[in-house]
Amino acid sequence: MRITQGTFSFLPELTDDEIAKQAAYALDRGWPCSVEFTDDPHPRNSYWEMWGLPMFDLTDPAGVLYEVKECRKAYPDHYIRLNAYDARYGRQTTALQFIVQRPRREPGFRLDREETSDRRVRYTLHAYALDRPEGERYGDAP
Amino acid sequence: MSAGRWSAGVIPYAEMGYWRPDYVPRDSDVLAAFRITPQPGVPPEEAGAAVAGESSTATWTVVWTDRLTSYENYQAKCYRVEPVPGQDGQFIAYIAYDLDLFEEGSIANLTSSIIGNVFGFKALRALRLEDMRIPAHYVKTFQGPAHGIVMEREYLGKFGRPLLGATVKPKLGLSARNYGRVVYEALRGGLDFTKDDENINSQPFMRWRDRFLYCMEGVQRAQAASGEIKGHYLNVTAATMEDMYERAEFAKELGSVIVMIDLTVGYTAIQSMAKWARRNGVLLHLHRAGHSTYTRQKSHGVSFRVIAKWMRLAGVDHIHAGTVVGKLEGDPNTVAGFYDTLRLDRIPADPVKGLYFDQEWASLPGTMPVASGGIHAGQMHQLLHYLDEDVILQFGGGTIGHPMGIAAGAAANRVALEAMIKARNEGRDFLAEGPDILRSAAKHSRELDVALSTWGDVTFSYESTDTPDVVETPVFSPTP
Repeated sequence: MRITQGTFSFLPELTDDEIAKQAAYALDRGWPCSVEFTDDPHPRNSYWEMWGLPMFDLTDPAGVLYEVKECRKAYPDHYIRLNAYDARYGRQTTALQFIVQRPRREPGFRLDREETSDRRVRYTLHAYALDRPEGERYGDAP
Repeated sequence: MSAGRWSAGVIPYAEMGYWRPDYVPRDSDVLAAFRITPQPGVPPEEAGAAVAGESSTATWTVVWTDRLTSYENYQAKCYRVEPVPGQDGQFIAYIAYDLDLFEEGSIANLTSSIIGNVFGFKALRALRLEDMRIPAHYVKTFQGPAHGIVMEREYLGKFGRPLLGATVKPKLGLSARNYGRVVYEALRGGLDFTKDDENINSQPFMRWRDRFLYCMEGVQRAQAASGEIKGHYLNVTAATMEDMYERAEFAKELGSVIVMIDLTVGYTAIQSMAKWARRNGVLLHLHRAGHSTYTRQKSHGVSFRVIAKWMRLAGVDHIHAGTVVGKLEGDPNTVAGFYDTLRLDRIPADPVKGLYFDQEWASLPGTMPVASGGIHAGQMHQLLHYLDEDVILQFGGGTIGHPMGIAAGAAANRVALEAMIKARNEGRDFLAEGPDILRSAAKHSRELDVALSTWGDVTFSYESTDTPDVVETPVFSPTP
């Protein structure tokens, strides 16, 4: 399966040049970029690990791309996403978010069903990858 | 004021203190702009004063009991009357109301005051409430949207693009099990939301509880297939508040992120559901069922921009607000005025958009506008141009009618949307190059390719009836 979180998951993977253009769009608007990675792709996992702090004072998209590449080197088989943050009054939230690296294989989710009373079913989303400990989920060296 | 003011009998409203051209509105006044069409022979100032009078303290004759009150406070004041450009016999009357006239946090009270008594007035041939300025003092007495645009995006984990939805079709007749199939296919294909239609409540062919169970199975399956949060607007509209709460509680218990209600449930029920929605962490979608009966005609009724303001105060997270390019009424500038009203915090008066007053929302959360009705993937560049990013684009027929199936229809819409956002962010002139951008995205997506060849040139080019009067009316042109 292919996890379709983030803004461009229905398009072919963005090239580095295309990633830099998106970063340029964000920086032009005064939105600092940040890089995050995880091996827990549950859609309710809000807190992916931060690859350093948000790059508040960076204005060159090449610098953003550099950090994406460094993160890829360190975590070649994790999910990595690029965020742009809009700190304007009234927003103060993420303005753009898209995946810039995926594991080679995405095993996806199992839906666990617990049948309860009156035809109700409790559903739990279970990521197959999470059956293994953190750091060993997508074939990375532990 | 002369002693004659208090003589028993009938005197003109203007002479009773409701026409006050010298009055300077206070920051805390509620202001209203009415379009008035007086009967022949009735001076516009008197007509404006009559509206002010009948929407505040007056009755048709002098009453001595006014003198037991500090009546000048409670009298609404018509402080300006202007002819409408290009519309003979029509005037805009500006009226100021003291804050004391209204109960805190009550749309029912606000609307009973402002529109409760004046619309059938014989001295007027027609009357339309065009706009209102709700002072921050009064705004702050309302809860506002249960969650708002920012919280909704964080809750769903979806940023930087419009959200996508579809209304399940056919709107009537599907069994609950078949209905849930449409939900599952559309969501797994790439939509963020599916939706009950306004008239799907609990009918013989599909009872509400069955629908909720099957729809939530579809939602959960689609989340597992995509790794994304998905939702179905479960319509909890019902005959009584008790029924609505029961259905909403059940939706929450099943894990639905959102419920929906129809405008027909009434303002008080909407405010009750908004409080329920905030208390329970469930988004609240409002379908504006029935609004065109009073919003569409230019000379009589209530403008939708006023309904939009009331609904943001009342506290809905979503409201349908027009598409510009689809099958339903919507002049581009007027719709822009609705969207500004719903989304922005501080909105300057702009006659071109039909906005008569500055409006300050004092950090009340924004309401997400929903564009629904006769739109398809081939219009993505126009939709993004006119409606921007904080909007839910709903393609019902444009998803379910796809020749390759519902999931393919959903994927076509999502590919078209993401391609357009990418092109926009790359600095391209996406409105002009839209068709090219879509065609090149379709090279990677057979679903989009088929959608474009099925609907690529469907347009709805009719002149709008509800347009601002200050400028030449721009007609939407399907080709940029």
